[in-house]
Amino acid sequence: MHEHAIKVEDLTKSFNGLAAVDHISFTVRSGELFGLLGPNGAGKTTTINMLSTLLKSTSGYGEVAGHDISKSKDDIRRSIGVVFQEPALDIKLTGKENLEFHAMMYGLKKKERKERVEEVLKLVELTEKKDVLVENFSGGMKRRLEIARGLIHKPEVLFLDEPTLGLDAQTRHHIWDYIKKLNKEGGVTIILTTHYMEEADFLCDRIAIMDRGKFVAMDIPARLKDILGGDVVSMEIEGKADALIDRINSLEWVKNMTRHNETLSLTMEKGERRIPQLINVARENGVNVTCVHLRKPSLEDVFLHFTGRTIREEEASKTERNRATIRARMRRRMGRR
Amino acid sequence: MMINTTAIYVLWLREMKRFLRAKSRVVGALAMPLFFLAFLGLGFRKLAIPGISGEVDYIRFLVPGIIGMSILFSSTFGGLSVLWDREFGFLKEIMVAPVSRVSIVFGRIAGGATTTLIQAILILGISHIMGFKISSVSSVLLALVFMTLISITFLGLGLIFASKMRDMQGFSIVMNFVIFPLFFLSGALYPLENFPPWLRYVSKVDPLTYGVDGLRASLIGVSSFSLLTNFALLLVFSSVMIVLGAYFFEKSESV
Repeated sequence: MHEHAIKVEDLTKSFNGLAAVDHISFTVRSGELFGLLGPNGAGKTTTINMLSTLLKSTSGYGEVAGHDISKSKDDIRRSIGVVFQEPALDIKLTGKENLEFHAMMYGLKKKERKERVEEVLKLVELTEKKDVLVENFSGGMKRRLEIARGLIHKPEVLFLDEPTLGLDAQTRHHIWDYIKKLNKEGGVTIILTTHYMEEADFLCDRIAIMDRGKFVAMDIPARLKDILGGDVVSMEIEGKADALIDRINSLEWVKNMTRHNETLSLTMEKGERRIPQLINVARENGVNVTCVHLRKPSLEDVFLHFTGRTIREEEASKTERNRATIRARMRRRMGRR
Repeated sequence: MMINTTAIYVLWLREMKRFLRAKSRVVGALAMPLFFLAFLGLGFRKLAIPGISGEVDYIRFLVPGIIGMSILFSSTFGGLSVLWDREFGFLKEIMVAPVSRVSIVFGRIAGGATTTLIQAILILGISHIMGFKISSVSSVLLALVFMTLISITFLGLGLIFASKMRDMQGFSIVMNFVIFPLFFLSGALYPLENFPPWLRYVSKVDPLTYGVDGLRASLIGVSSFSLLTNFALLLVFSSVMIVLGAYFFEKSESV
């Protein structure tokens, strides 16, 4: 066992001159459950791909299980398990055949192979479905099979790229339990990427928040939330807010305020006790409060704090951009005719 | 360069399982060559084609050509099937495994060549039932050698294209500008002696020319080049293609 499962210094990957991952540095202790949190396109998958030897880095240094990512690819491949974001199963094979394929590729001998395949099937509760073609599996079953597969060869480090993407809440919680169990009981170092706040919060010992190829923050979840200094009270307001904002700024127990369209987000201790007071202040300044929401700080707020945007907004604007490009393309095509 | 026999075996096994489960794929792969054989054979039956000696009728001339064609198509597609694995994500599973890239290429070639040979043998068998006379067991064994070499050559070619392409979009380009010209230039359907001289030169760089000619030499005992020439040149072509295929596959990025 190495003290550090992963060590990364100034790791960078550019595609056509654009940095998808931009000089990131971090270390992950052996046995840690480390999360990369960020919106789609933040560079999480690219980071995983570099660490799992699928992509060459443009510059910088990376070490996985004590091996240099640019030199000892086969050593790394032997010591890691990877569960990719998109399914990477052969759907024309059965569940068991997929596992056996993997076990053979990793050089397990016949007896050990049989044992391990049975073991991991049991772990993810797919023993009964083992002879079904994977094309007939549900999304959740495929995910579980992939996690099982990643474990057959007892990797030191397990990479999970968006392990619960597109799964229903129940399956998601199921998979979270597996991940926790693997990490706590099996002692596997786990690096997972996600854009679900609650997933990172629930699972990870430590989180790096990633945005546009860079780390904007890295710490244990509780401390990240502490940065915000307490509860968040969001108020939807109607009317001219300028006077109200001045007034709130003068309140010493409000630690932070951000305005987002018609919503004011205020940070304070013991938010539930301050709400009546806030509504009064608003009324005094001629502003109508239409909705109040109290939240214990979440990582969503942390992300907002560091980037000035919410993760959901980040994704929405991307969809918008895509739609705009498609519309522009359509117009050009129509124009030509 | 490390060769991992288990990895080659397991990739081959995967291909076999997939092949045996996809009955429609087998039927589909056999249909086109058999239609070619039936309709061209019947349609040109009465024509005296210059370059084919009197005692060989057209159908006899055609069978080795059609076998060559089926190997050309199914092998090139076999090499290109890396793209399907990329599309379905399975390529990543193969690429993060701790086995040398050369073993992966060999595994693919072993799997692709086996399925191709099964199809070629089926076509030969069906032709035999339809009246194509096979002179001896040794002629079939000799034909098998040529089938294998043709298959390896075009599996390598398919791999080169697969390494250079991101998805299946370039497929029809490869089909129309590579596979069909190779097929028509090879003399699978007619004697190359009928080509104008400049085109005959072009056909001499087509590996399939020697493949089809070698098949004719072994199956019907009629050929333009000697058996040894065909064998030697095809051996060179297949070796070069394997090396190039492995080189480009190694270079290509899997995500």
